[in-house]
Amino acid sequence: MKIHEYQAKRLFKDFGIPVPEGSVAYTKEEALEIADKIGYPCVIKAQVHAGGRGKAGGVKLAKDRDEALRFAEEIIGMHIKNIQTGAQGKKVRKVLVEKGVNIVNELYLALIMDREKAMPVIIASLEGGMEIEKVAKRHPEHIFKEYIHPVTGLSNFHNIRLSFKLGLNKTQRGIFSKLVSNLYKLFNEKDASIVEINPLIITNTEELIALDAKVNFDDNALVKHSDIMELRDIYEEDPFEVEASKYDLNYIKLDGNIGCMVNGAGLAMATMDILKYYKGEPANFLDVGGGTSEERIKEAFKILIADKNVKVVFINIFGGIVRTDIVASGVVNAARSLNVNIPVVILLRGTNEEQARKIIDESGLNFISEVDFKKAALKSVELSRGD
Amino acid sequence: MSILVNKNSRVIVQGFTGKEGSFHASQMIEYGTNIVGGVTPGKGGHTHLNKPVFNTVEEAVKREEANVSIIFVPAIFAGDAILEAVSTGIELVICISEGIPIQDMVKVKHYLNTTNSRLIGPNCPGVITPDETKVGIMPAQIHKKGRIGIISRSGTLTYATVDQISNQGMGQSTSVGIGGDPIIGSDFVDILKLFVKDEETEAVVMIGEIGGSMEEKAAMYIKKHFNKPVIAFISGQTAPPGRRMGHAGAIITGGKGYAKEKMRVLKDNGVHIVENPAKIGLTLKKVLTR
Repeated sequence: MKIHEYQAKRLFKDFGIPVPEGSVAYTKEEALEIADKIGYPCVIKAQVHAGGRGKAGGVKLAKDRDEALRFAEEIIGMHIKNIQTGAQGKKVRKVLVEKGVNIVNELYLALIMDREKAMPVIIASLEGGMEIEKVAKRHPEHIFKEYIHPVTGLSNFHNIRLSFKLGLNKTQRGIFSKLVSNLYKLFNEKDASIVEINPLIITNTEELIALDAKVNFDDNALVKHSDIMELRDIYEEDPFEVEASKYDLNYIKLDGNIGCMVNGAGLAMATMDILKYYKGEPANFLDVGGGTSEERIKEAFKILIADKNVKVVFINIFGGIVRTDIVASGVVNAARSLNVNIPVVILLRGTNEEQARKIIDESGLNFISEVDFKKAALKSVELSRGD
Repeated sequence: MSILVNKNSRVIVQGFTGKEGSFHASQMIEYGTNIVGGVTPGKGGHTHLNKPVFNTVEEAVKREEANVSIIFVPAIFAGDAILEAVSTGIELVICISEGIPIQDMVKVKHYLNTTNSRLIGPNCPGVITPDETKVGIMPAQIHKKGRIGIISRSGTLTYATVDQISNQGMGQSTSVGIGGDPIIGSDFVDILKLFVKDEETEAVVMIGEIGGSMEEKAAMYIKKHFNKPVIAFISGQTAPPGRRMGHAGAIITGGKGYAKEKMRVLKDNGVHIVENPAKIGLTLKKVLTR
């Protein structure tokens, strides 16, 4: 789960990690009120779950009152677009207004879970404010890592090693050590998957301040953290995805026109892949899970047909322990009760598949029943072209 | 021969009396798996499905000489369940549970490294050696005894693959679901190391997916040490970056974990890549009759 920068900075504050003075605003009036309080110059930052805010014009430095008002007005309501947000982009609903700070040096500091080594790793770099992937490509020697084995936890030597590699002076080293320890504490206690400060700045008064803050959490651990769960902002999520999550359906909206309903994540991805292989465009990823009860199929159908781009639905269920004839009845009942009138291509393989096909064929619905993965995919692509 | 499990495996079920545990235990018993008992704390001394229930894994292992444990406990307790099983020195632990917090798996993984136990999963369908034993949740009827080894990060996609292989008239030596989580007990290389020594396995089908780099690691191992044909399909070729595609481990992050890159590296190291998931069985047949 992702949270906003202002929420991450509140968490930082709770864990003793210094952040600039500031507060969140939902309107330009609120923004101005905060700016007046903290003084000028101030920074107005779009609060939205999308990277590349700076490039998109979502982060501005205001030197006076007039600029603060103008920038707040510009940023609230703008759309931030990038590869993750899709063509529509994400609407900015709030801004963080922060006091400007005096930057002498910019560092990069992050803690992430390294899946290959199965332990957290601290990543630090002298090139703060840059995309770390780009630094890693161009100057891998400018990136320093410390893996934290679960037996040792974070130990003093990790901090010392890093702070010398970063070339920090004695005062800075002391502050840095404390900051990394606090960051690790946050990471551990809140089951974070990423905690990133980019940039971590050194000021002219030798303070270290987190100028930006990104925290993601391990979804599997959220049940342990009701306080973190409250930070979820459903306005940042696709409305179809929010609806799907209520029914424990794994749904991801894409830009195509073939609605997919599949049991199992791997098969759902493979279904998208085969459609693309035959030059079709999947409208979504949807894993209805192992249970595939009538209720879940109905909810899945509702979400698929609510997407106006969807011209055809491709149902691909591999029934193993789940009997496909039961799945077939569920699909037919759900389609009837929802008056599904777009074509549906259905591939049911596994236990009792002959009975399942009979149920589909005799339903009188606009269903095309296939017995072969390739043929079913080709049929779906053909129907998606509308000719 | 086969790998990991066979007709001599003595299996216990952790979370035996729960809904999932009961259902799948009875399915396994029906298939002929030698389930020697189960574990549910507080229900020791009872019988369930005509098998003894124990309070602890330790007791079950001691009394029934179990050498394999399969876990069906809720995610939040599953990390502890694995640790408990491993602490008894049991040979093999297969964890079906999905949704274990990653920090729990960090502990599990490093503890495992200090023991001789092997973990398969979590978030996996288990392991089956057709006609001998099934220690998992896969539909048994699609499997056929044969000479193809399967290693997969997926569930239903594995079944679809097995189905394609069986339809081509070939069977499986052992099919292993290694799991869809970012941290798992055994990866492709660990299982390839077993298949390379298994005389009954003549070829291996790998089902990988986006996220992490275990397919790349497998490619390096195959080039150096694996002398049997390997066919691979990587799902998520069309998955957008930064999104978790159902499985916790299926996510492209920081420019890493793309299907395209995995396919390239595997191909460069001698693996037969299948781009179209409907053609896994067909490609396998072609490679073997060449």
